[in-house]
Amino acid sequence: MAFTLYSLIQTAILCTNAIAVLHEERFLSKVGWAVDQGVGGFGDDPGIKAQILTLIRSVRTVMRVPLIIVNSACIVLLLLFG
Amino acid sequence: MDYNATQSGFRQQPNMRQRNSSMEGPDGSQLFEDTSGAGPRTQSGYRNQQTEPQQAGFAGQSLLSDPMSNLAMAYGSSLASQGKEMVDKNLDRFIPISKLKYYFAVDTVYVGKKLGLLVFPYMHNNWEVSYQQDTPVAPRFDVNAPDLYIPAMSFITYVLVAGVALGTQNRFSPELLGVQASSALVWLIMEVLAVLLSLYLVTVNTDLTTIDLLAFSGYKYVGMIVGLVAGLLFGRPAYYLSLLWCCAAIFVFTIRTLRLKLLSEAAAEGKLVRGTRNQLRMYLTMSIAAAQPIFMYWLTYHLIR
Repeated sequence: MAFTLYSLIQTAILCTNAIAVLHEERFLSKVGWAVDQGVGGFGDDPGIKAQILTLIRSVRTVMRVPLIIVNSACIVLLLLFG
Repeated sequence: MDYNATQSGFRQQPNMRQRNSSMEGPDGSQLFEDTSGAGPRTQSGYRNQQTEPQQAGFAGQSLLSDPMSNLAMAYGSSLASQGKEMVDKNLDRFIPISKLKYYFAVDTVYVGKKLGLLVFPYMHNNWEVSYQQDTPVAPRFDVNAPDLYIPAMSFITYVLVAGVALGTQNRFSPELLGVQASSALVWLIMEVLAVLLSLYLVTVNTDLTTIDLLAFSGYKYVGMIVGLVAGLLFGRPAYYLSLLWCCAAIFVFTIRTLRLKLLSEAAAEGKLVRGTRNQLRMYLTMSIAAAQPIFMYWLTYHLIR
């Protein structure tokens, strides 16, 4: 219950790492969640599955480099201050 | 000559004050009306100040009548105003201060009505936000508009009441106030992020901004404060009763407010519209509303023993 803001940052980093780690070829296409399998209808309603797949793909694309930086900073902080 | 010196020395201040008020004029008439009555008082204050330092002005007269120091003062004040403009412009890029000002444009009547609505929303009939040429009307003119004043104040009050509650059980220490505040803030941020994520997944085209969601999530602190104060004054049964009442009130309030913003036009008026999309939106509204009582109980039960 005693949350601090730092634990919120840690939660966000861990969740983003978890999403960014999902590999396209090795895992997602086996499950059926590859990029080209979500875009069904070009009409008005993308559907929840398409939105999730778009979200995963965009997190992987956008957050790759910032995640490297943030993870390195977190590791250094943990090593130095526990 | 002495009178001229003090006059020229003090003429700067009334000019600067007029410049400030004229800058805030068009902005002030839309959002904030100056009801403090401070205008005439400061005018008479200046006249008093002008008569008094005629005697004290003898000492500083040599400093003020020197043209170099006049130039330096003018240059310094222009530098200061330039710096202030730059800070305002850069700050506005990160935190939208002008948008935030809208959410704090409240007055006492609005706050009273809104608090009554949060505790007893069953008699209110018209929940639509009124617009004025595509922009929502400021909260002081419309009870249904969201504001940030009540959530901010009730959050701070919740932290203080939690401190009082811990004090009555001899569990209080000043660090605990910070712990309570930060954990409540973390839950608030997580709730707003979860609502944003679910709004993205369900592809709702709505004009709800993040700050609106922050305001709606912050309204539950009012119910928590009512429950906590009742529990402190009258014991556990009063806490449970008042919390039950406030949970039901917040549930109804959230559903009625979000229904108009999230659901489509036909469904918002109460007609049953088929289709998975509308069903999803209805489920989303219900789950957001159901999360409020859960948070209210979660954040207060450990304070009442």
